[in-house]
Amino acid sequence: LRGKHFRIELTQLKTQGSIPPDRKAFPALPKQSIPSIQDRVLKVIATSKHIPLESVQPVSTFESLAIDSLDRLNILFDLESEFDIEINDEEAKEVKDIREMIEGVTKLVEAKNASAPAE
Amino acid sequence: MRRVAITGMGVVSPLGLNISSFWQSLLDARSGISEIESIDPAQIRFKYGAEIKNYVSGDHFDAKDASFMERFTQFAVIAAEEAVAGAGIEWTAALRESAAVVTGSCLGGRPVEEAGYWELFHNGKSRVQPLTIPLSMNNAGASHICMRFGIQGPAFTVSTACASSTHAIGQAFQMVRSGAAPMAIAGGSEAPFFLGNLKAWEAMRVISKDTCRPFSKERSGMVLGEGAAMLVLEPLDAALARGAQPLAEIVGFGMSADAGHITQPVVTGPAYAMRNALRDAGLAPEQIGYINAHGTATEANDRTETAAIRCVFDRHADRLAVSSTKSMHGHALGASGALEAVASILALKHGMLPPTANFLSPDPACDLDVIPNQAREARVEACLSNSFAFGGLNAVLAFKSLP
Repeated sequence: LRGKHFRIELTQLKTQGSIPPDRKAFPALPKQSIPSIQDRVLKVIATSKHIPLESVQPVSTFESLAIDSLDRLNILFDLESEFDIEINDEEAKEVKDIREMIEGVTKLVEAKNASAPAE
Repeated sequence: MRRVAITGMGVVSPLGLNISSFWQSLLDARSGISEIESIDPAQIRFKYGAEIKNYVSGDHFDAKDASFMERFTQFAVIAAEEAVAGAGIEWTAALRESAAVVTGSCLGGRPVEEAGYWELFHNGKSRVQPLTIPLSMNNAGASHICMRFGIQGPAFTVSTACASSTHAIGQAFQMVRSGAAPMAIAGGSEAPFFLGNLKAWEAMRVISKDTCRPFSKERSGMVLGEGAAMLVLEPLDAALARGAQPLAEIVGFGMSADAGHITQPVVTGPAYAMRNALRDAGLAPEQIGYINAHGTATEANDRTETAAIRCVFDRHADRLAVSSTKSMHGHALGASGALEAVASILALKHGMLPPTANFLSPDPACDLDVIPNQAREARVEACLSNSFAFGGLNAVLAFKSLP
């Protein structure tokens, strides 16, 4: 979350052209401030289900978060938008908890990146 | 209260455009499910549907009439014409004045809206075609049936998703039984193969990856279908008096609401609807020999429906046969209940129970006699036809065979 805010501020600064010349060379961002796939999945779930982010943990089960079949549809839909991926029906059916959801999304994102043309 | 008979039926379906080809396909366990052709398959994630591939509007309507009817309306009128012809109805001024028409449809003529909205939102047009409202309205089927036969009695349309036409037939049954109408045409029609709707079903993630396998362990979801079915209902004594040949008696109608979840079924709602239909019919559970199941081939439906049947029929659940003809005609949403009512009535009349096609191996959670893959010869006294809609609205019809 913090990482995302930071990026937004950075973009604003850039567009406003107010970055002092001596700070143009930014130090590399500390690694933990870039939201990981896991963080983003947890955030999508929390936002979609309207529950506090802290309550969504990789070890959470769908039952413990009261996520039913219709909630799952919404979450899958939002995950597809967040990561620009397509989640297959049959694979989605196999997902039994949040950790498997994170693993599944990670696999799809890695597959997408592997097939994307190099910049 | 009058006894009510079904004296005529008509069908438009992926299994044929009339009753005889529909019934022959059911007996042969021939499925109408194949790759979707009406839209570019690259646009959707699933491949299979039960489309009516050989339908040519010009075979049934002249161009001027057809331009006033969306596909679902044309299906409704064609089915009604077959039903009325089969019943041998002789129209009099008095009958036209008081006969009823009750149709069911889930989506109505929404494709015409989709086409119009595309022009508005995508092509920058500022107007839609002038018939958009009369073409798209869900009651267009009922209205055109009335216009075709000059029927001026009570006429309306029920829209309860996948139970629409079962509710419609039930309403017509109650009107004929009470004497509110001397005759009724009732059923449903649907034409759901248009991009926006297919996308909406895709997002529900309930469509099968291959075909419709109700109650089978290998099932992967439902398959959409299209079509129409209409029944003619009359008081039994009046039908016999005019020399008609009743196909079966309609004896009960049960309804209920799950009051649970908007899409996830529960056992109680379907169980109450079946129990209410039995009570309305004055039938004991042991008199039921066959149930045409809602049987969508989603895990949620099939398991819940099995549990509901066990709940209502207790030990008799092991002695009655259950099949889902959706395995052949697909899930035609608002037309499904009427197509399945036709299948149920033909089963009683011919002493042949239609099978559950595409069946591979049993799911222990659906441990009923599901008539796998092969029609079965069996004379049954009475049967039920189940329809359980998204939104938890349930409707069940009870039919009884006539000597």
